[in-house]
Amino acid sequence: MASLSRDDVAHVAHLARLGLTDAELSRLEGQLNHILDQYAVLAELHTDDIPPTAQTIELETILREDVVTPSLTAEAALSGAPERQGDYFVVPVILAGGD
Amino acid sequence: MATDLTRLHAHEMGALLRAGDTTSSELLEAHLAVIERQDHALNAWQSTDVAGARAAAATADTGIARARREGSAALAVLPPLHGIPVALKDLVVTAGQPSTAGSRILEGYRGVYDAHIAERLAAAGAVIPGKTNMDEFAMGSSTEHCAWGPVANPWDLSRVPGGSSGGSAAAVAAYHVPLGIGTDTGGSIRQPAALTGTVGLRPTYGRVSRYGIIAFASSLDQVGPFARDVRDAALLLGAIAGHDPRDSTSAPVPVPDYAAALPTDDDEAASVVRGMRLGLPRQYFVAGMEPGVEARVREAVAALAAAGAEIVDVDLPHTDYGLATYYIIAPAEASANLARYDGIRYGHSIRGGDVLADYLATRGSGFGAEVKRRIMLGTYALSAGYYDAYYLKALKVRTLIKGDFDTAFQTVDALVAPTSPTVAFGVGARMDDPVAMYLSDACTLPVNVAGLAGLSVPCGLSEGLPVGLQFIGKPFDELTLFRLGRAYEALTADASWRGQEPTDLALLDDPATPAPGSRRVT
Repeated sequence: MASLSRDDVAHVAHLARLGLTDAELSRLEGQLNHILDQYAVLAELHTDDIPPTAQTIELETILREDVVTPSLTAEAALSGAPERQGDYFVVPVILAGGD
Repeated sequence: MATDLTRLHAHEMGALLRAGDTTSSELLEAHLAVIERQDHALNAWQSTDVAGARAAAATADTGIARARREGSAALAVLPPLHGIPVALKDLVVTAGQPSTAGSRILEGYRGVYDAHIAERLAAAGAVIPGKTNMDEFAMGSSTEHCAWGPVANPWDLSRVPGGSSGGSAAAVAAYHVPLGIGTDTGGSIRQPAALTGTVGLRPTYGRVSRYGIIAFASSLDQVGPFARDVRDAALLLGAIAGHDPRDSTSAPVPVPDYAAALPTDDDEAASVVRGMRLGLPRQYFVAGMEPGVEARVREAVAALAAAGAEIVDVDLPHTDYGLATYYIIAPAEASANLARYDGIRYGHSIRGGDVLADYLATRGSGFGAEVKRRIMLGTYALSAGYYDAYYLKALKVRTLIKGDFDTAFQTVDALVAPTSPTVAFGVGARMDDPVAMYLSDACTLPVNVAGLAGLSVPCGLSEGLPVGLQFIGKPFDELTLFRLGRAYEALTADASWRGQEPTDLALLDDPATPAPGSRRVT
């Protein structure tokens, strides 16, 4: 199976939205490749005709009635927000340019 | 002479409460005193809620007094856990209380609703003294990956209690509580139960609602009990099991009265194994298993055989692929579940200038090393070009692993195996080698991959440290596991190791004993 270069590790960290230090990237390069080596054992098994199992108990799709039920109040939902304005979470500007 | 209330089992505490020989408040204060005296050296607790627990105990006492006035019938219908202290793992969300999942990214977070199991425990009259330390987001086998420091093992303070539910395991073993809640994604209840000499059950996937449980890997996580005997574990499962419409993976399967089905009489309890067919999976006696562990497990199997169980060798041929399968599926699911920690809605938040920089800074500084490792593995396994080779391949091998168990259960009532290949290892011993740490769960994680139930019960000591015996059952057949565990307790009721308390309790009592983590095995 594939092995990860340091650039690959940095790319995956970006996909995962993890800000990692150079020391962390270096350590992870070695550790992730060591772990990926353990995965290689799966290639021994021929699984072309085997269906995947995503979930082990056979439940049909569970739907509830389409009716309004009690939920968190805005106050409760916002109670842990690092920054809020009125009933909104505050995030940095996403689209540049507008006014 | 006054009884030390903390040494009792929950069912014994319940009997004293109903007889009027103690109160819930008295029970709580006895346990709080031990926590206060010892936790500097054990670090089992992340947070305590003394005021809330005292209020719950007072309410429980009022309920008992009212029932006593109404007569014996009213006393008899009080729920079994009424007035009994129960520890929650620090990933069970409760309104107004901290729930950090062992992570700095949830430092300061307080729940705004109660988890299903918290509601159920409150309705049953249980008293919650607080929440216990754990590996961050339940990722680990030693409780060393905890943002609030490692937890010690009461049998040897220089060793780990196992993980990830190590705080609950250590708290139950050290008599801080008779009962504790854990979660088990790859062994996180059974392995710490084995390493601390306690009883721990991972229920069948779907048996207990995960509503309000901070998620790690959603096709694997289950919630279950720790106790100091099988009857207590059965009482706690009975209090939390059952369908909950708020968790769509919670199964609409009836819950038997587990505790009522377990005989109190030892001879009767032991007779249950007569004629049972128990499978001994060859592949679970793995390379690297300590000889002392194998010896205790084989002695336990011999005791079950002598009591009339039929022991048959079985093959679970895909066992050796379990570790790789698990370490693809679990990180993949974790990478998706942990995407929610964005620093915008709650928890740790670092501003970096724009939205992307916020994410990188918040997540880079909020997650610990093991969580980052798993997010990276999972993100890679799900990324374009690798999905088929890793994630889809693992889901297909999962089908084969589950098929092994299905085949075995056509001919046996349950499986019997070791829980952990080793006794408790030293603090720091596996921290620099993730693969060695992952091997701690070689005998437990196939059960999660297949969605089954597993019970770990103590089966003696090796080099003075506890060894766990694991029973693995058919889906939703926790009752057979409890019956087997109770039978094994009865068969070994007179064994000398049964009377042995954890070795380092006296050290925990010593104010001079340092916090765990400041000591190393030599």
